[in-house]
Amino acid sequence: MLSDALFLSRLQFAVSTAFHFIFVPLSIGLALVVALMETQYLRTRDLEWKRQAWFWGRILGLNFVLGVVTGITLEFQFGTNWSAYSKYVGDVFGPLLAIEVTTAFFLESTFLAVWIFGWKKVSPRTHVIAIWMVLIGSLVSAYWIIAANAWMQRPVGFAIRNGRAEITDFFAVVTQPAAVIAFAHTVISCLTLGAFFVLGISAINIILGKGEAFFTRSIALAAPLALVFSILTAAGGHINGEEIAKIQPAKLAAMESHWETSSRVPIALLTWPDEKNEGNYIEAIKVPGLLSVMAFRDFNAEVKGLKEFPPEDRPPVLLSFLSFRLMVGIGTVMPGIALLAWFFRKRIAEKKLFPLRLLLAAALPLPWLAILAGWVLTEVGRQPWIVYGVMRTADAGSPITAGQALGSLVLLTILFSVVLAVGKIFIGRLAFSGPPGDDAPAFLREGGQS
Amino acid sequence: MITLWFFIWVFLWVMFFITDGYDLGLGSLLPVVARKEDERKLVHSAIGPYWDGNEVWLIAAGGMTFAAFPGAYATMFSALYTALMLVLVGLVVRGAAIGLRESARSESERRVIDYAFSVANLVLCILFGTAFANIFRGVPINAAGVFQGGFFTLLNWYGLLGGLFFTAALLHHGALWFMVKAGGPAAERTGRLIRWLFVGTAGLGAVFVFATGAVTGIARAVPDRPLMVIPLVAAIGGLLASTYFAGKTEWKKAFAGSAAFIAGLIFFCMAGIYPALLPSSLDPAFSVTATGSASSPLTLKIMLGVVVVFLPIIFGYQWWAARIFKGKAQAEDHY
Repeated sequence: MLSDALFLSRLQFAVSTAFHFIFVPLSIGLALVVALMETQYLRTRDLEWKRQAWFWGRILGLNFVLGVVTGITLEFQFGTNWSAYSKYVGDVFGPLLAIEVTTAFFLESTFLAVWIFGWKKVSPRTHVIAIWMVLIGSLVSAYWIIAANAWMQRPVGFAIRNGRAEITDFFAVVTQPAAVIAFAHTVISCLTLGAFFVLGISAINIILGKGEAFFTRSIALAAPLALVFSILTAAGGHINGEEIAKIQPAKLAAMESHWETSSRVPIALLTWPDEKNEGNYIEAIKVPGLLSVMAFRDFNAEVKGLKEFPPEDRPPVLLSFLSFRLMVGIGTVMPGIALLAWFFRKRIAEKKLFPLRLLLAAALPLPWLAILAGWVLTEVGRQPWIVYGVMRTADAGSPITAGQALGSLVLLTILFSVVLAVGKIFIGRLAFSGPPGDDAPAFLREGGQS
Repeated sequence: MITLWFFIWVFLWVMFFITDGYDLGLGSLLPVVARKEDERKLVHSAIGPYWDGNEVWLIAAGGMTFAAFPGAYATMFSALYTALMLVLVGLVVRGAAIGLRESARSESERRVIDYAFSVANLVLCILFGTAFANIFRGVPINAAGVFQGGFFTLLNWYGLLGGLFFTAALLHHGALWFMVKAGGPAAERTGRLIRWLFVGTAGLGAVFVFATGAVTGIARAVPDRPLMVIPLVAAIGGLLASTYFAGKTEWKKAFAGSAAFIAGLIFFCMAGIYPALLPSSLDPAFSVTATGSASSPLTLKIMLGVVVVFLPIIFGYQWWAARIFKGKAQAEDHY
């Protein structure tokens, strides 16, 4: 495998995206939290809200930069490692990335700089507008990149001409349901992650005895967001699943480890796939007809099984299956945790609620795991295709040597590990240094002109 | 249409070099111009609000290559594989260092971060210079567009000369930027350095231009495209203007002169390789050309609409943001 440039390129893209995807959802989620906090400050002129926005915004600032630097490697890799892909579908795929840069990256970077360095230079109102612009920029960016990914999941609006895929209907590419649905599900789960991050970090701070009042206020703002967004994430996930049933039956069969085409298909709560023998080791605690209902809203609907597809057209079953179960499992638990946090949001610092604070702290990694699992399912479940039904991953690589690919893989993995480790330590410092105190900048104690 | 896109493509690279160029140059100079912590902080204040927006021009240049010339994007990026991977490492270290420095707790942590930061900047200057010199000269790509060399193919004398020259030019550019944005002992030190940076830039620039005439096809293109003389004259004029205004300590004008120098030179060289985006050193017929690698007319039209609508908007809010940060940077500008 180490002598296979294609395999190494896949691994490298997976590693880079995984690191990138640790930072990006937090940036999107925190941007909303900070924007709401600072809007509260603008409305009430309560300096406490300004301190809140500053505290969480500093974490956002560092996290955003780490997202930027890990992200730039991805754009480059389409050219360096996936040149056959870039050549073949660049006419459709390239514009989506280029439009993302033009419409979103300049916006985000400019307004984030205004927000970070402009506390004393712009009016409170302009300062609030800046953070909303950062959020809008990140949402616009998410839309284009997810539309690009959705085209790989369900290619539309193109024709094969001149030996490549050429755009015929740009509007169809940008507005297809697969893009809109995936965008909604992904972005809402990022917002959920941001809210759970605030809950978890605040809970830990209260446990450590740092700023009860300050972090209770953070939790009071984040808890309703966590509740609403975690419910919407689950709902969006279900809609996404129905879309997959329609457009990628092989992915659906793999994520459910469903082998024989049949109707009134149950879901077995206990399942373990056995890819070699084209079946499952165990199938226990079956809920009759559940898969048919979930996929097609019809108790008797027929669901295609994996055996319907020749082995070379099947995605890796175990990985798809496990990542799906992990994502759904976490997604089911999170609204419950959010409900508790919301119910006790004002009293979270009370002594007897220690277990709840512990629970919120323990829940901190959950949304990340769910988001990464969802991404693994999306990409692995699409295999063996890089563009579903149009181009196989095996045909998409660059004419590079395995040595080159191995070298850059090792280099990037080490580099990103260091960035992640140091980044975590430094974000931890910002997060656990307690509420802004006497050493905080003077502008946090001033209202400022407007 | 394709020629227009070629100019847009060149324009984006020029924007990258004249904007990110100054913070790469200044970042490389950090240990030379700043000796004490508040001086180092001042250098970071002159970079902090700008570098990320500047780096976006690089992403835009890459993205537009992908959108408008996917064939060139695929060949160029895979041919320059190792160089680009090192560029990525440099960009990651540079950006991460800026982000992390803010919450460093001790002098020694800041030392390590600043060291990594300035080395990354310097390496990036050299790599970009070497990569572009190789693009001007052409790299060994065969008829199928497959690169026939390795990383060391790029380290030929002309490529290395390009690396040295770009580094000198960007250090000069960055030093002038610092003079625009800062005062105090660090600026005085930088001011004394500028004459030497100018000498280095002009000297290496002259050698580079002659070498370019000797080993690339750029000079041979001039008789067919007499208009190429304009950017070349603009470059020379800009460089002379930069030293003239530097002598009068009119730093903004000196910085603008340096920007004109970099822009003119890149424009001149790239116009000289047209219609190739990446010439082949094996056989001109194997070169990756604008026409041969372009997207479909519909895609080019869509992207032209995007550029025409959004570039003015981008310039608008960037101008607005630049006005917010106008004037000298202060060490305590950090949030």
